Amino acid sequence: MLEIPKDLYDKIVAHARADHPDEACGLIAGPVGSDRPQRFIPMTNAARSPTFYEFDSTEQFQVWQEMDDHDEEPVVIYHSHTATEAYPSRTDVSYASEPGAHYVLVCTRDPEHSEFRSYRITDGQVTEEPVTVVE
Amino acid sequence: MAIEVRIPTILRTYTDGAKQVEGSGATLAELLVDLEQRHGGLRERLVDDGGLRRFVNVYLNDEDVRFLAGLDTPVKDGDTVTVLPAVAGGAL
Repeated sequence: MLEIPKDLYDKIVAHARADHPDEACGLIAGPVGSDRPQRFIPMTNAARSPTFYEFDSTEQFQVWQEMDDHDEEPVVIYHSHTATEAYPSRTDVSYASEPGAHYVLVCTRDPEHSEFRSYRITDGQVTEEPVTVVE
Repeated sequence: MAIEVRIPTILRTYTDGAKQVEGSGATLAELLVDLEQRHGGLRERLVDDGGLRRFVNVYLNDEDVRFLAGLDTPVKDGDTVTVLPAVAGGAL
């Protein structure tokens, strides 16, 4: 299960909305081993595409260094799908390389309603998990 | 002195869990061949026939080697090479 504070949930949705129709991406860092998402880090989608996202590699290096310095890890890795279901695509699964992370997908195809779902992706296996938003 | 190589969680199965290993070579390609002798299987996760795999980012100090000379990037004692999984995906 993913337990996520309301303000962080809102920030992910706002980022996805702001970058629509391109895919938005980023992460939420938290203390190593805690499974608690705490620090919201929106990332540049270097692909700037409606069907693909890729963390900018230089920005990623800096962010990973920062997490290392603070004993943090990526607890949530999020991106948006702007015209298709919030379910991991084959591409998403092939790239997924953080078995400890919650992979969050937001769908922005409906302007009124954002679909927000979370998955574990381990060894090519996708498992959906419930999302609990806490105040 | 040697070249320090930082390994991401997902590839630590090849380094007996070590976060950091050491190697030598004049280029990144040579360094990976050297590492392979002690950490069998690691090289294949990083390179294929076409060069560096799409799924990983390799940095020399703080620079992505794709912006340098890729596998031909010169390396020297005291350098740090960092491997990170590329974070990517998309609807298609």
